[in-house]
Amino acid sequence: MQLKRVVVTGMGAISPFGKGVDLLMESLLKGKSGIVMVPELKDIGGVRSHVAALVKDIDPGVIPRKHRRTMSRMSIYAVLACQEALTQAELSSEYCSGGNLGIAIGSTIVSIDTLQKFFEDYLIEKNMEQMRSTTFFQIMNHSCAFNVSQTLGINGRVIAPAAACSTGCQAVGLGYEIIAFGKQDLMLCGGADEFHPLTTASFDIINAASIGYNDRPHQTPRPFDRDRDGIVCAEGCGILLLESLESARKRGAAIFAEITGFSTTSNPQNIADPSAASMETCMRKALLDAGVESQDIDYINAHATATIRGDIEESRAIYEIFGKDVPVSSLKGHLGHTMAASGSLELIATINMMKRNCVIPTLNLENPDDLCKNINLVQQLENRQIRYALKNSFALGGVNSSLILRSYENDK
Amino acid sequence: MRMTNEEIIQIINNSLIKEFELDSKKMIPEAMLYDDLELDSLDRVDMVIVLENAFKFKIKEEKEIRDIRTLGDIHNFVINKIRDIERAS
Repeated sequence: MQLKRVVVTGMGAISPFGKGVDLLMESLLKGKSGIVMVPELKDIGGVRSHVAALVKDIDPGVIPRKHRRTMSRMSIYAVLACQEALTQAELSSEYCSGGNLGIAIGSTIVSIDTLQKFFEDYLIEKNMEQMRSTTFFQIMNHSCAFNVSQTLGINGRVIAPAAACSTGCQAVGLGYEIIAFGKQDLMLCGGADEFHPLTTASFDIINAASIGYNDRPHQTPRPFDRDRDGIVCAEGCGILLLESLESARKRGAAIFAEITGFSTTSNPQNIADPSAASMETCMRKALLDAGVESQDIDYINAHATATIRGDIEESRAIYEIFGKDVPVSSLKGHLGHTMAASGSLELIATINMMKRNCVIPTLNLENPDDLCKNINLVQQLENRQIRYALKNSFALGGVNSSLILRSYENDK
Repeated sequence: MRMTNEEIIQIINNSLIKEFELDSKKMIPEAMLYDDLELDSLDRVDMVIVLENAFKFKIKEEKEIRDIRTLGDIHNFVINKIRDIERAS
């Protein structure tokens, strides 16, 4: 069976910098940090991390109430990001309802804000009379994906993968496979998540959240740095519109990159502990899927969240395959860890680095950790032509994903 | 103090406008809930909660609610309910 080639023809972003891919890239290129101190975290006993990166400057009111009423914040982010991607791809609403467009959008967890309201009624008030009819639709596992479908009139297949912090990258990979197998011509793919103190608390209790920079939020997280002390929770949504090359050419669509390889694997040894061996397996499978060798990769966008073990394990895995020369950077220093959105938001940034022939360095990486610095950690903005890039998403929760992009402009 | 019918109608309209983001110009008694105000079955459920909160009464189990079709039907239903309560007290 001849697989179809899959390209990216649209992108949309809701990030801690605000709305839009242009704002995301402008902020990353300027080395800005989206991390802020969150006062409400200080009031919660046992939570030592008081920093996060929160979405700002969006207007949910642009979504009609009839659609917005079943949305938590993460669904709002997803809809706005999808609208941007479709606008960039110049896809009409008629095209959305033609059956050729599908959706693969997931989150790490359902809306905790909405669950909290439900349990306040249930446990504290012991009275469900105030529960709105739309509450349940905000906490269904496929809420983001279906709300996008409903708002944009998309009637192709809808899937809602959940693979913790690997979700966004995995969703793009699954969309790539669906198109490659000819099941849909186009797929809106990515991850979305909304911030809640529960997320910070969950990382904090396992000593994986940054706690030492509450008074200097812009200095954390610090991927690969010797003074890193954990992740900073964030929120947002990144959406890639994938399309078969055949369909994109037929439409005369602008093509931003090609997806040539994908792998997603499990680390069954431990749900929490990162493993260089399983990361290496995942990256090798992606290379195999793309039909390229390690020396073909010009840039690696790491998962690297700034946990002590995770960054070391990923560095080891990268070194085992790629040695010390391939440039590696993480965007968590700018964005924090946008959870399910991280893979897809960082893929968008990587595609734009390919377009601009540059590598964005890791923010807050000042003194590379001795146990990470055997790979080529990028600390300054570099001009570099990127033909192939590798994106990693190695989740707390045991699921790994790696995806390989090819610059379409540089290799037609 | 006893509310006038006009005051009750105003409270109803304002509550529904706020909850369902309705256009105040469309709030005429003849307005059909589904066709003119573009409400649906989910909104109908929430409308009961909105009215119960606005007037501090319980109407969820009232059979007459099922017959409501227009904004005017809501006005009449609520006014009658409030007058019944006043008479009972």
